[in-house]
Amino acid sequence: MNAVLTQVRDNRSNKIEPVDPMTPAPCRVMRRRRENHDTFTLEIAHENGLVGFEFQPGQFNMLYVHGVGEVPISISGDFRKSDRIIHTTRDVGTVTRGLARLRAGDTLGIRGPFGVGWPMRSAEGRNVVIVAGGIGLAPLRPVIYQILAARSHFGQVALLYGARTPEDLLFRREFNAWRRKGIVVHETVDRADGSWRGHVGVVTAMIQKVEFELVGAIGMICGPEVMIRFTVNGLRGRNMAGNDIYVSMERNMKCAVGFCGHCQYGPEFICRDGPVFPYDRIERLFAIREL
Amino acid sequence: MRSMVQKLAEHPFMTEFVDEQLELIARGAGEVEFEEGAFLFREHEDADRFYLIVEGSVALKIHVPQTGPVPIQTLSAGQALGWSWMMPPYKWHFDARAFSPVKAIVLDGEYLRRLFQDNSEIGYRFLRRITMVLAERLQATRLQLLDVYQVAT
Ligand SMILES: Cc1cc2nc3c(=O)[nH]c(=O)nc-3n(C[C@H](O)[C@H](O)[C@H](O)COP(=O)(O)OP(=O)(O)OC[C@H]3O[C@@H](n4cnc5c(N)ncnc54)[C@H](O)[C@@H]3O)c2cc1C
Repeated sequence: MNAVLTQVRDNRSNKIEPVDPMTPAPCRVMRRRRENHDTFTLEIAHENGLVGFEFQPGQFNMLYVHGVGEVPISISGDFRKSDRIIHTTRDVGTVTRGLARLRAGDTLGIRGPFGVGWPMRSAEGRNVVIVAGGIGLAPLRPVIYQILAARSHFGQVALLYGARTPEDLLFRREFNAWRRKGIVVHETVDRADGSWRGHVGVVTAMIQKVEFELVGAIGMICGPEVMIRFTVNGLRGRNMAGNDIYVSMERNMKCAVGFCGHCQYGPEFICRDGPVFPYDRIERLFAIREL
Repeated sequence: MRSMVQKLAEHPFMTEFVDEQLELIARGAGEVEFEEGAFLFREHEDADRFYLIVEGSVALKIHVPQTGPVPIQTLSAGQALGWSWMMPPYKWHFDARAFSPVKAIVLDGEYLRRLFQDNSEIGYRFLRRITMVLAERLQATRLQLLDVYQVAT
């Protein structure tokens, strides 16, 4: 399914307008929040009176920094707050650094949302285990918001979240609220100093802390690829089926709509058919070093 | 009251043992509780015990000069702790400190070593379980060493 948003509502005329998926819509940063030393969250609104950013958890936008370039960034916000779109980005290179420099009031271009997101429908009525590493929690936060908005539609839910150090753990200020609303949250870091009161160890070690049944559950994983591989092994060790385990493939891409072939592998375009795939379907991709 | 054999049987580490074997193991077992902050053992001390954590969490820490104790791993209910009692020089390599109130089954290391020599079936099963735990921890350590969250350069 091609999930490209091809129309948007114009606030002034209240008309549905077509949008060219290759042309960035002019947008403005309304708020910037520093998450940690290299990660920040932007709240962005349409310019030109356009409203409405409808998206599915796991979808991404192409963010265009004027004069610098364009990068795919997942949507990290709440689907119910559709007047602003929220992106959490880690500054790793040229374009993400350009994004990092933006402040409230600055403009940028956005096209999207693109891609096939997390399997929210098939997760309904089932236990859910969400495993995130580092910045990988950003594309999964909308999943958590959606579950919280309809908590009774899902079975037991656990979030296992690992990061390099305590300071790298994103969205910690929200964890207690998530716990109160019935999500088990286990956080861990790879390394810490003596002042850290939390868990130390890799995120895969958290799988054994999940006390509910994982056979028949849905798994959703996002993080560095090595972490994904180890996590899939861990979940299979709990007898989860490969096609119940979904992973987000956040490899490089260019056009985002399945034209250019930059992110194509065999029949799959990561941008159009993913970024979220059942692990069974893309297991062979993990053996390929560069795409 | 549940017997030690039952308590051992309920711990995930002991799932592969039959009752007669658990009875022999239980003869070297006791129960212990630690308050938050208490040490289960300390680096360089004699390693003469093996713990099966029943409740709570334990932080393993190593002392680094100038930095102080650095946490390297947290172990929780359902996990096993400590294998330095199995091989010379029988000294702990880390501090193990209760991170919350901890309940554990403690097994006497010397008793276990003798038991393994007399009953190679128990010894084999025990070492098989320990090897599985060690393999998991080795994998985890490798993953930690890979530092996967660093930005690729
Ligand atoms: C579908 C999708 C969703 C994404 N969502 C997010 C998100 O929510 N937040 C976020 O911070 N990032 C996200 N990314 C990754 C982000 O797109 C890249 O970090 C960005 O493209 C890097 O561009 P740059 O110009 O800043 O860095 P460059 O100068 O191009 O590269 C800098 C370094 O980053 C590495 N790099 C570049 N792209 C990637 C990548 N895709 N994965 C891993 N390493 C990479 C390069 O190898 C290089 O070492 C997503 C990627 C995809 C494909």
